[in-house]
Amino acid sequence: MPIGGEATDFLDVERISGVNASVCMHCGKCSASCPAFHKMDIHPHRFVALVADGDFGPLLRSVTLWRCLSCFTCVERCPRAVKPANLIEAVRLLLIRKPGGNHLPPQLVPARLDEELPQQAIVAAMRKYNK
Amino acid sequence: MNYYPGCTLKTKAKQLDAGARRTASALGVEMRELPEWQCCGAVYPLAEDEISGRLSAVRTLSAALENGGGLVTVCSACHHVLKRVNADMADNELIRRRANNYLALKKAYAGETRVVHYLEWLRDDIGFEEVKKHVARPLDGLKVAPYYGCLLLRPSDVMRFDRPDNPSIMEKLVEALGGVAVPFSRRSRCCGGYVALDDRESAQAMTESVLSSAVKAGAEVVISACPLCMYNLKNGAGENKLPVRYFTELLEEAFGLADAAKE
Ligand code: SF4
Ligand code: SF4
Repeated sequence: MPIGGEATDFLDVERISGVNASVCMHCGKCSASCPAFHKMDIHPHRFVALVADGDFGPLLRSVTLWRCLSCFTCVERCPRAVKPANLIEAVRLLLIRKPGGNHLPPQLVPARLDEELPQQAIVAAMRKYNK
Repeated sequence: MNYYPGCTLKTKAKQLDAGARRTASALGVEMRELPEWQCCGAVYPLAEDEISGRLSAVRTLSAALENGGGLVTVCSACHHVLKRVNADMADNELIRRRANNYLALKKAYAGETRVVHYLEWLRDDIGFEEVKKHVARPLDGLKVAPYYGCLLLRPSDVMRFDRPDNPSIMEKLVEALGGVAVPFSRRSRCCGGYVALDDRESAQAMTESVLSSAVKAGAEVVISACPLCMYNLKNGAGENKLPVRYFTELLEEAFGLADAAKE
């Protein structure tokens, strides 16, 4: 799949997320509170800045898309109501809404299951990583 | 009270379902399971243009309205999805219109149902003073670390569950049952969630951080209201291990119902 970012990405992300990334004041609170910070290559405040700049190439290739936990700590703490988690979700959707864009192909799932894994986790992962 | 159990409470978390029903009935309220409910979808669709992912929640919410009375849920994830979709139906004109167009319900739905988590129901409808009166076997000073995780609390403007950075609902419950609530700094930090399926090591790092904080605080047991937190805390533990129980299990024990539960 071509990954590089397209001219329409900015409009799509704004429409999908309902967020205006340009009101971010780069305080870094989102990154400072993010429990997945050390697992990410592009940290939440940088992610937001790149969305505001329309620089989608690095975002579409980032590990951040798959490590964000949707824990909403950044959403809770952001003083400008930017909702970084919603922007990460929107960029992830740019990828997985394309044909062949699934991150967690269903055939990989059975090997990752065990007796105790709750249904909720399986449905959540399928919905977050696939379309 | 209308009750939405959700898929996980019918399978891997049966004890959470049974515990909620038994303790509610000890408090004099029958949980009426909604007929023909569907999976809530497990995660709230953050995308504003995603209508299909919200539809099953809307069906549930509108069925509860038709039945009369509010809607209580016990699973943190179901509660999160139902409450947020409910807020969308009340406040987001476009989502409301599109969901109603699609579903063509008998009566258009606009977020009228009151959605509460079982813990909120105990606090706001029953009252912890009343809960206390039903305690037959107090927890006898057991040091309990209430673990909130993410989905009950955030985002607080929609969830309106408790103070997002300093919640107290489970602490008050523990005290009412005769235990000692041990607040710990990472009680509302993520357990690793669904990332456990994509990168287990990453999720385990989160779990370890939560448990080490509870151990340091001197807890003897951790309580949770979420089957996925339960899974991660049990299966992702590293050096720091603690028993993890559903809050309903402590309720049952304190109410003297635990022996019945074992049968
Ligand atoms: S929602 Fe994602 S980006 Fe925001 S704090 Fe949680 S893990 Fe970090
Ligand atoms: S917390 Fe909000 S305003 Fe601050 S850097 Fe993050 S997105 Fe920008």
